[in-house]
Amino acid sequence: MTKERHFKKGVQTRRQILKTGLAGSAAVLAAPWIGRPAFAQGESIKIGFPVPLTGPYGSEAQEQARCAQIAIDKFNEAGGLDGRMAELLVRDDKLKSGEAATRTLELIEKDGVDFVCGSLSASVQLAVNTVCAERGKIYNSISQSDAINEAENFSKYTFHEAMNPHMTAGAVGDYVFKNSGKRVAFLIADYAYGHEMARGFKVAGEKYGIEVVAEVKHPLASKDFSTFLPQIQAARPDVLCLCNFGFDQLNSLKQARSFGMKEQMMMVAPALLYNQRRAGGASVYSGVVGATNYYWKLEDEIATAKAFNDVYRAGNDGAPPSDYGAYGYAGVGVLLNAVTAAGSTDTDGVIEQLEAMKYDLYKGEEHYRTCDHQAVQSVFIIESKDEADMENEYDVFRILEKDGASEDMLRSCESLGL
Amino acid sequence: MSDTAEPRPKAYWSRIVDAIARHRALAVLVVLLIFPFVLPYEALASNIVIFGLFALGFNLVFGYTGVLSFGHAAFFGVGAYGTGIAIVHLGLPWWVAMLIGVLAAGVTAMIMGALAIRTRGIYFAMVTLALAQCVYYIVYQMKGWSGGENGLNGVIVGQIDLGFASIDLLDPMQKYFFTLTFVALAIFIFSRILASGFGAVLEAVRENEDRARACGYDVRLTKWLAFVISGLFCGLAGALNAIHLSVVPIEILHYHMSGQVVMMALLGGMGTFFGPFAGAIVFLLLEDVVTTMTTHWQLILGLVFMACVLFFPRGVWGSVLQWVRR
Amino acid sequence: MTVNLVLLQLFTGLALGSVFVLLGVGLSLIFGLLTVVNFAHGAFYMVGAYVGVFALAHLGNFWLAMAAVPIIVGGMGLVVERFLVRPLYGRGIDYPLLLTFGLGLVLVELVRIIYGLEGVPFDVPEVLQGAVDLGIGWFPLYRLFLIVVTAVLVFALWLFLEKTSYGLVIRAGASDPEIMRVLGVDISTVWLVVFGIGTGIAGLAGVLSAPMTSVIPDMGTTVLVQAFVVTVVGGMGSLLGAVVAGLLVGVVVSMTALFYPELSDLAMFMLMAAVLLVRPQGLFGRKGLMG
Repeated sequence: MTKERHFKKGVQTRRQILKTGLAGSAAVLAAPWIGRPAFAQGESIKIGFPVPLTGPYGSEAQEQARCAQIAIDKFNEAGGLDGRMAELLVRDDKLKSGEAATRTLELIEKDGVDFVCGSLSASVQLAVNTVCAERGKIYNSISQSDAINEAENFSKYTFHEAMNPHMTAGAVGDYVFKNSGKRVAFLIADYAYGHEMARGFKVAGEKYGIEVVAEVKHPLASKDFSTFLPQIQAARPDVLCLCNFGFDQLNSLKQARSFGMKEQMMMVAPALLYNQRRAGGASVYSGVVGATNYYWKLEDEIATAKAFNDVYRAGNDGAPPSDYGAYGYAGVGVLLNAVTAAGSTDTDGVIEQLEAMKYDLYKGEEHYRTCDHQAVQSVFIIESKDEADMENEYDVFRILEKDGASEDMLRSCESLGL
Repeated sequence: MSDTAEPRPKAYWSRIVDAIARHRALAVLVVLLIFPFVLPYEALASNIVIFGLFALGFNLVFGYTGVLSFGHAAFFGVGAYGTGIAIVHLGLPWWVAMLIGVLAAGVTAMIMGALAIRTRGIYFAMVTLALAQCVYYIVYQMKGWSGGENGLNGVIVGQIDLGFASIDLLDPMQKYFFTLTFVALAIFIFSRILASGFGAVLEAVRENEDRARACGYDVRLTKWLAFVISGLFCGLAGALNAIHLSVVPIEILHYHMSGQVVMMALLGGMGTFFGPFAGAIVFLLLEDVVTTMTTHWQLILGLVFMACVLFFPRGVWGSVLQWVRR
Repeated sequence: MTVNLVLLQLFTGLALGSVFVLLGVGLSLIFGLLTVVNFAHGAFYMVGAYVGVFALAHLGNFWLAMAAVPIIVGGMGLVVERFLVRPLYGRGIDYPLLLTFGLGLVLVELVRIIYGLEGVPFDVPEVLQGAVDLGIGWFPLYRLFLIVVTAVLVFALWLFLEKTSYGLVIRAGASDPEIMRVLGVDISTVWLVVFGIGTGIAGLAGVLSAPMTSVIPDMGTTVLVQAFVVTVVGGMGSLLGAVVAGLLVGVVVSMTALFYPELSDLAMFMLMAAVLLVRPQGLFGRKGLMG
């Protein structure tokens, strides 16, 4: 009997809902599924931000989102665009291209974002780029890749705020091959990003006549590198270029050290990340030379870096921001700068501003090269410090050299097919 | 109020469910037609019907033949890559590309099936897993065609001109109904296959292999055929996925994808026609909703799985059927 | 390409294989006796590494931590078997599989909540740091230690199973649980113990791997598949099979890495497919099990 009563009651409520009209019922039907704050259309400037909040690089992605929010807050505190506020819509791409494509479709189709910025992997950014370009949305990528500059993937809506592996490996290679040995070994993660870094090194090495004594490709996300290391050790190189990223880099360094290779050769890692270094510990990384887009100590010379660090520190218990976090800040910040300059969120107007402007958000002056929309920026050569040399827990790198922003670091527009 | 004055709700529901079971293909369609209007966004609806088809195709082997395959990502992925490569590198029209994708998945299933059918039980699951991983690495290494780890980008169809009408795949609603047309057709064919003599043989094999053999059926051939047909359906799902996302990510071939479809079928209820579809709906909706609420979505997902196993062993749809018919 | 390098690579393969052995033994035991495909095996491995981090921080001694881990993780295994897996016996292999899959997700996420996403450092203990010259090349001391630990553990396990009366009960339970029940032996206690031992060894493998790889919540995912490969190649439920297959897989991966490194991940799957096609029950498996 009780069940029957419930059943009848259910029918009544449904009838009542139907009486409230078509629009009302549609809203009620949709409401339980949405579960996210709804914002009035056309009011705010929406920037979609797909990053891998979960998965192995989750903490880096969360830092990117925090930094991007700083750029949003800065824009809003300055009054927005004639009172129109900006809003960041962070989505978890789970470090998977398929998921990222779905999330980008959601951001564009459901949330109606004006711009997209984000991603933390070469493959994910290409997927997001395809979806955005097809729908005429500006996408500013904040993760490294060479492929995104090439004609096959480039569209007028594509911008690349992050450095690319050609720049980073080129800059590090130039520094290392000039100052150290010429016998060079490569440990390459077998995917586009790894091969792109290796290519960057080789291009830089041509000038100095390096000799490649070993070249070992390892599957992406290998846990154990012991099987790849003996052949490198046997080749007796002066320099080992680690063309891998993140945990691959940490694990290969850790295991190379246990083989005693650290004393025998110089270790070079183009993508030397602040958070990865801190997670790995000083002893694993000490002496490793690499490149970065940003290190918080730049605040000693660069005013914008100081300003960015101060805001970040205020919200994060005094900890400075990371390099990839800074990409999030710059990627969103430059979009909002362009919106301000264009006076609207109109796509073509914003593209025009992005192509024309010179901006200094956190690391000195940058601009986008016209042909491929690659951010031309300075590259910093760094070395990981010994535990004894560290002044505090955040003091992990020593800046060895600063390569100023120059288009000479990039591949020519012709070679990209543009 | 007496029981005769008004049908008891239980009986009421039971009649509805029986009606659904009789016209199962039609019933699914009705649900799917209103889908994009009740879901938060159309791309999710498209995802769900594509994965629903994937799970349905998978269930032909799992639910109807009774062997657990852990390699169905291969068919889903080959279907997607076949279609994507035909569009991106060969510049073929979309329907030719889809046909190529489906056939490529079918051929993959023929080969994998012929090898795997020799083993049974948990070993069958492991052989299919190993062979699917081989497919993964082969595609991964064919960088010129597949894009390797970067995936295949730019699978763009855009406008489809049918002569009497034109479909704009950039419009999410039109894309959903484009996808649904194929899924509906596939569900109809699937339903016909199960109702045919072949379906009866399949059931006989699942219930008692030895007896089926004694009755003169070629058990191996039956299993192999089921495997290939299943591969074709999953290939179609893959082809639709490539067009839906405009990219083919390499993770589509990963064993996680195989695991995911097993989970969908189990979650929904493997022995039933609707089960896998219901599983896909629940899985993807849950994931979508929970993902946007918390970064700890895996915790919720894991707990739901455990609760399902412990308290609803027949799966979502199986439990509904049981409750209604009790 | 010198002979020395090939020999060294062979040795590297054996060291790599000893981790596979530890993973495979636990999984194989659990499957052989309980017919449970433990999808949480990788998660227990990961938990082992984190328990090691926790124990090291509180005990301050690598050796004590290493001893504590299998006990703690094995204890967790006991709880899981008693309250989660036991209700599912007799319902086929699908349900425990799904349950342990869900459990794996939960464990990984719990560790993420407690220890964060970025991983924690775990160094090789001072006495085991550095490399030794084997005459054919340099080899990390820690990996030599790993081979020794694995050998000792496998030997102890063999003694336990073959030479003790409880081992006899376990072996009898594996071949025919019904007989055991008739004889009045409580088979559920045997299963409980075996599940505990299996997860305990997985945890030990985790803490032993911690100084070599990064301790991150995702560390168990690839390991799970490797453990499956070892178990299937060796034959489900066979201790000897897991040992031989683990070393074999290690050597095959290592040799592929020398001659065609980018395919070293694929090598183990090709090996598995080949073994299963020729001998569907695995190298040392019994015909008819789960069949």
